[in-house]
Amino acid sequence: FKIRKECSKQELLRILSSASENQLFDIIISGGGMVGTAMACSLGLDPNLAGKKILLLEAGHKKEMDGVPETYSTRVSSISPGSATLLSLGAWDHIANMRCKPYNKMQVWDACSDALITFDKDNLQDEMAYIVENDVIVAALTKQLQTLSDHVKVQYRTKVVKYTWPRPYHVSESIPWVQVTLANGKTLQTKLLIGADGPNSMVRREAGIPTVKWNYDQSAVVAVLHLSEPTVNNVAWQRFLQTGPIAMLPLSDTESSLVWSTSHQHAEELLQLNEESFVDAINSAFWSNENHSEMVETAGSLFRTTLSVLMPDSGSARQLPPSVAGIGPKSRVMFPLGMGHATEYIRHRVAIIGDAAHRVHPLAGQGANLGFGDVAYLTKVLSQAAFNGKDLGKSMQHLLEFETERQRHNLPMMAAIDLMKRLYSTNAAPMVLLRTFGLQATNALPPLKEQIMAYASK
Amino acid sequence: MYSKKLARLAFGLLAESTFKCPLTRSVSSVRTLCSWTVCLHHRQKNPLSEGLTRLNVRTVSQTTLDPAEVRKFQAMASKWWDLQGEFAALHSMNDLRVPFIRDNLLNVHGILQLGKPLAGLRILDVGCGGGVLSEPLGRLGADVRGIDPVEDSVRTAELHSSYDPDLWERVRYQACTLEELAEEELEGFHAVVASEVVEHLADLDAFASCCQQVLKPGGSLFITTINKTNLSYVFGIVAAEQLLRIVPSGTHDWEKFISPEDLERLLESFGFYVEAIRGMMYNPLTGAWSWQQSTAINYALHAIKRKEEPQPGQVWAESENLDEPGRATNYS
Repeated sequence: FKIRKECSKQELLRILSSASENQLFDIIISGGGMVGTAMACSLGLDPNLAGKKILLLEAGHKKEMDGVPETYSTRVSSISPGSATLLSLGAWDHIANMRCKPYNKMQVWDACSDALITFDKDNLQDEMAYIVENDVIVAALTKQLQTLSDHVKVQYRTKVVKYTWPRPYHVSESIPWVQVTLANGKTLQTKLLIGADGPNSMVRREAGIPTVKWNYDQSAVVAVLHLSEPTVNNVAWQRFLQTGPIAMLPLSDTESSLVWSTSHQHAEELLQLNEESFVDAINSAFWSNENHSEMVETAGSLFRTTLSVLMPDSGSARQLPPSVAGIGPKSRVMFPLGMGHATEYIRHRVAIIGDAAHRVHPLAGQGANLGFGDVAYLTKVLSQAAFNGKDLGKSMQHLLEFETERQRHNLPMMAAIDLMKRLYSTNAAPMVLLRTFGLQATNALPPLKEQIMAYASK
Repeated sequence: MYSKKLARLAFGLLAESTFKCPLTRSVSSVRTLCSWTVCLHHRQKNPLSEGLTRLNVRTVSQTTLDPAEVRKFQAMASKWWDLQGEFAALHSMNDLRVPFIRDNLLNVHGILQLGKPLAGLRILDVGCGGGVLSEPLGRLGADVRGIDPVEDSVRTAELHSSYDPDLWERVRYQACTLEELAEEELEGFHAVVASEVVEHLADLDAFASCCQQVLKPGGSLFITTINKTNLSYVFGIVAAEQLLRIVPSGTHDWEKFISPEDLERLLESFGFYVEAIRGMMYNPLTGAWSWQQSTAINYALHAIKRKEEPQPGQVWAESENLDEPGRATNYS
């Protein structure tokens, strides 16, 4: 009889909670951008998470691409080999079928001196990284998600208005899960909430996670460039100007993508220019030497001579990027730049990934890669937790492991990018000399360059 | 050591003639009739005479239940799920015992379903307490029955698992003793788990016998417990209870600890084959457990119930312990 009494109490509890049974998910991902969709794919493909109920919430509409459009879109990302490996769990095939451009070499040089550094794999045969349009990445991931629709659900055009956090300890009568209230009034519950909702993350804000952030007084102007003549376009170019770095990333043999970070005022001026003047501005930014000061030039060439004596094989000849003839129609856009880092990536039943956790300057092309790195590691950690039968959101031990590991990887990268940005934002002679010597010295040390490339490729 | 065996022999003969056994319903052979009345004796360190007196008092117990232990855990029943509380070390022990159970069961049964590696297996968690171990096993897909004599603990366990629909179907709790369950569930389980339990029992033989009854042939028995050594006294009692307060004072009684050799011998006498014994160690600084070579303090044991019912005469031909002719006559 005792046994029967236990059963009926369980039944009662079951009835009481059955109303919300359909809406209790194991994982909800808030934000369906590149990183959020990649997270949903990655979780859906993991064998240890088979059978878990996963939901992706995206405020925008579904981004599908039956075939690639004629024109390139302006927002692109440099995808490192490490990220490509993550995406290769299915989505990379779609990307390769649509459009992507591998590049083998990168040349970075200063406007105030002759210093330059080139990165390339040994024989220029291997690809260093890939330039892929953001829309293509999202469309490929969306296509992959459709094959996982039995346990990964997606809700588009869904805006979240409120998050309600559970208490970390058990209080009777209170719901121990995270509650997500949507704009249409419905409330969903989840055991783990993953915030992938961008640099102004609502998840991060509502969870009260302190963030270190500042705005760079810079905006980035992006555009699609038509080159003057077709060329073997497999080099990425970046020049540090007085106002900020200008980068040309290959899209095809005839087109490249422009990312020009400059002051807000200059960015607005650039947008106002007519096409011809804009193209002239770009070409002169890459080609002109008017900012070279004599002292720096002399010092620079002396240093270079010394290095070439010490290490005869090092040093590279400076090449010039292809000249630009025109720009894609209606393709000039600008957006502000800033730096942000969440001091914690996790809370009880919450984790944040991608730009929600860390936002960087585009000068190193690492923003998306850091996000994909978060996706890969969080999936690994959750997979292990599930294989040990743990409650995914409550297992602080596993979430802490994710946070520690990713912060250890992300913080040095972010610090380096911020340092580079500050170092190259000034015209003061000592700084220019310092960076000239630094750049030339780094260029002369292949092992150091290999380390840098390896770190950025993860 | 030989005095204990002699005593066992003497009382074995005595018990057979004088005591009626309540376990007559059990399937197993005559050896269980006398073993539960006699065998507690092998854990006494005192000389024979004192042991005699003690034995007279103990033989009244017909169950694994020790009322003093029940009272101890009753007082702590609400604290099971406080991750920083008294049971914190048990929560972190899941990192060792869940993979131990999971991997050994997978070795035997193979992966039946991705995402639910233990699907289709019925597991009995003896002394489940607040369900600390039952829940992860349930999440891995097993059909778990958790039993504990302390009703409040069972209530806490039920409440905690009631929120998670994943666990409703798979984890069920019952406030009863192993003997009571053994009456209903003969050969019903693929695995029995008794983690941090045997050091709290009154009668190990009854326990082993009941485990043998409820397990399917070829089923697994998982035990984690504490060794009876000087080291375990220093670390398990003095350090853990009195100095560092990892567990509340009085939780463990060193007299009730059992060495892996003794446990192995006991289990083999009940038709189990001990497949693995591994040492475990708790690091109080990190709060984490790890596997180690030495079984001097904590250890985990995996035994498998032999498939055929061994005949009394056959037991000793199979066993490795051929240096104890004295025991054989117990079972004639």
